[in-house]
Amino acid sequence: MKKVLVLFAHPKFEKSRANAALVDKIKNKEGVTFHDLYECYPDFNIDVEVEKKLLLEHDIIVWHHPFYWYSCPPLMKQWIDMVLEFGWAYGPNGNALQGKKSLNVITTGGSRAVYCETGTNSFSVNEFLRPFEQTANLCGMLYFPPFAVMGTHKVAQEILNDYAQQYDKLLDLLQQNMAVTDVSGFYFLNDIPQLNT
Amino acid sequence: MTGSILFEAIVFLLGAIVCVSVAKRLGLSSVLGYLLAGVLIGPYVFGFIGNEGEDILHFAEFGVVMMLFLIGLEIEPKNFWKMRKTILGMGGVQVAGTMLLSYFLFILFDFDWKVALTFSMAVALSSTAIALQTIKEKGLLNTTFGASSFSILLFQDIIVIFMLGALPLLANTDKKVVENHSEKANLLQNLPLGLQTLAILVSVVLIVVAGRYLIVPMLRKVAKTGVRELLIAAALLIVFGISFLMELVGLSPALGAFLGGVVLSNSEFKHELESTLEPFKNLLLGLFFMAVGASINFIVIAKSPLTVGGILLAVIGLKALVLFITASFFKLKLNQKILLTFSLAQVGEFAFVLLSFAFSLNILKQDQLDIMLVVTALTMTVTPIIGIINERVILPRLGTKESIKRPTDHIAKSQKIILVGFGHFGSTIGRFLRTHGVEATILDHDSNRVDFLRKMGFDVYYGDATRTDLLESAGIAEANILICAMDNPDVIKKLAKTVKSNYPQVKLMVRAKSRYAAYEFLNMEIDHIYRESLETSLKLASEVLSQMGFRKYTLQRQIQNFIKYDEDSIRRLAKEKKIGDDNYIFKARKELEQQEKLLEQDFKRGIVEFDRHWDGEQIRAALEENIEK
Repeated sequence: MKKVLVLFAHPKFEKSRANAALVDKIKNKEGVTFHDLYECYPDFNIDVEVEKKLLLEHDIIVWHHPFYWYSCPPLMKQWIDMVLEFGWAYGPNGNALQGKKSLNVITTGGSRAVYCETGTNSFSVNEFLRPFEQTANLCGMLYFPPFAVMGTHKVAQEILNDYAQQYDKLLDLLQQNMAVTDVSGFYFLNDIPQLNT
Repeated sequence: MTGSILFEAIVFLLGAIVCVSVAKRLGLSSVLGYLLAGVLIGPYVFGFIGNEGEDILHFAEFGVVMMLFLIGLEIEPKNFWKMRKTILGMGGVQVAGTMLLSYFLFILFDFDWKVALTFSMAVALSSTAIALQTIKEKGLLNTTFGASSFSILLFQDIIVIFMLGALPLLANTDKKVVENHSEKANLLQNLPLGLQTLAILVSVVLIVVAGRYLIVPMLRKVAKTGVRELLIAAALLIVFGISFLMELVGLSPALGAFLGGVVLSNSEFKHELESTLEPFKNLLLGLFFMAVGASINFIVIAKSPLTVGGILLAVIGLKALVLFITASFFKLKLNQKILLTFSLAQVGEFAFVLLSFAFSLNILKQDQLDIMLVVTALTMTVTPIIGIINERVILPRLGTKESIKRPTDHIAKSQKIILVGFGHFGSTIGRFLRTHGVEATILDHDSNRVDFLRKMGFDVYYGDATRTDLLESAGIAEANILICAMDNPDVIKKLAKTVKSNYPQVKLMVRAKSRYAAYEFLNMEIDHIYRESLETSLKLASEVLSQMGFRKYTLQRQIQNFIKYDEDSIRRLAKEKKIGDDNYIFKARKELEQQEKLLEQDFKRGIVEFDRHWDGEQIRAALEENIEK
């Protein structure tokens, strides 16, 4: 079974309903390592060696974070800057992450409708996530479409629970060797038929 | 004069207030002030108090009694065991050496061997009261010299038990009880001599047993009532009770109190007793010093000035020699050696006890007793004076010489940062700076530490930073930053004042031991204040909250917010009114008021809820409100 590393970054997890539901569901799942960055590094002093070791031990890397100002929270950016080193994650001989699968799991306050060409945000979530996509590409990782819980400000608790259920199923599928080609054509992993039966 | 107690109390207090204030104003130690006050109000100058010094001493000994009780409290048997090598080593060498040399000295002065032996015992004991008081006043307790002195004094305080036990064996059997001492009859006097020694040892054991099975249970009962003054009463009762019992069997009350302290040092009341007795101790100790001053018998001096003068010089010289050699044995640095030599070279308060006891045992004759009592009082009076000479004349030369002898390297020349005090606070700063390639010039008053630091390649000057010449040789004129990391806020204040007026270009960064020190520094217009416990206590509090399930990152932010908020508040409060007087009881109450005020402010400002970033709840609430409208 493939091993999943959930890199979780939320500066105020204790106040987040949506993420509480998602995390509760998958936190103790078999084959899943839940890694809470803000709890481990409150002073932003990331232990790079530990992080590299964790990455090497896992096959699937999940960047799980709320979508703030069209990007991830600062500690996750710090993580990217510090951990994905030249000569290790990319560049000459930088192939430590080669072939690993990666994806973003995000929560957004705005609904799906506001993230499009005609919406207030002008661009889709996928477009905003391009830096992650390209980071994965540069490191030779396989990048999946995002799994997104959107409109969290208004969404009801039962629906959040459904999302959590989906998240759980998604990790199962990833662990069972779902390939990028299996989901091509989908904007969000939420939409693949396996999660909606 | 009139025999009224009130009158005598007024004389004592007034004498103390006037003389100690003057002494302090002149930069002398308070001990010297008390001693001078004693001489002035004593029977030979103004004659306000006492016809014979001994009576005054007898009462005033309570200060010493309390001090020894408090020293005893500080010695947990565990710690004692840890220090046993220094205590036994230094103390043993000192006492043995002094006794041996002084025994031959007194034989040379043509005294009987028994008298010479008694005298040599008395001479071997230094004055814990004077030495410790002076060391504490100068804040030198944590230096090598301070620790060595403490060890030696401790050994003496213990060995005196055995000396008192041994004295009856020397007693002259031909004459029985001396009439003029019958009023101070004690239970031992009528016992055969061997039994007296035994009785003394038995009473020591009794104190130990009573402490464990009687006093501690009693204190627990008293503490249960929750009435604070009862605990003060109990503390005083213990000290007075032990003293009384010891006196009853003809032993030194101070010694009994010391033992009582040791016995209670393991109990839960240790700190309570300490803080309760502390204010009484200092005043009574002052009274004791005054009594010593008053007991200097000028008639005896006038009768045989040569003998008294000769013995005085010989005793001090001999003690100093032995101390110097002892310190050399234990490899103390030169200046620490000299400090030790001069601060312990006097004969101490236990000599009064030993000598009087020997007198009552008929070992000593009246004139022999009188001479030695005078010599003892005089050595105690001379000590602070020698200390001043040492401090002002001898040490500065040594200190400066040492720092000139050291080759000044190129870093020293371009030095821009001076760090004063390399204790636990300063050393962290120094090390952290160094790991960043920044070398500070360091000043410290413990020469053993200085030596070590030099070995580690630090640029170090030895000495008292409040001395302008030393500051200058350390390069204060070219410095940009002066870090004051000493323990004692008063010393920092003094240094800051000098630097502020003479070298205004130097930026001062000071360590503040407490809120109150911080207020004082702020009012001196020092802006860069580092309260030493602030970060650590917040760190601790946040660990507690983390254990309770609060998020670490949130706590980290809250710590930073709290520090910012508290820095603002301390600047506001510093302006409000003068706080931080040294008055014990008032200070404690003020501190409580202050805490209450701060907590109230915290509550009003709601600093815990102050951090609203990334708060989804808030947005949701705002959205819901919108929909309702």
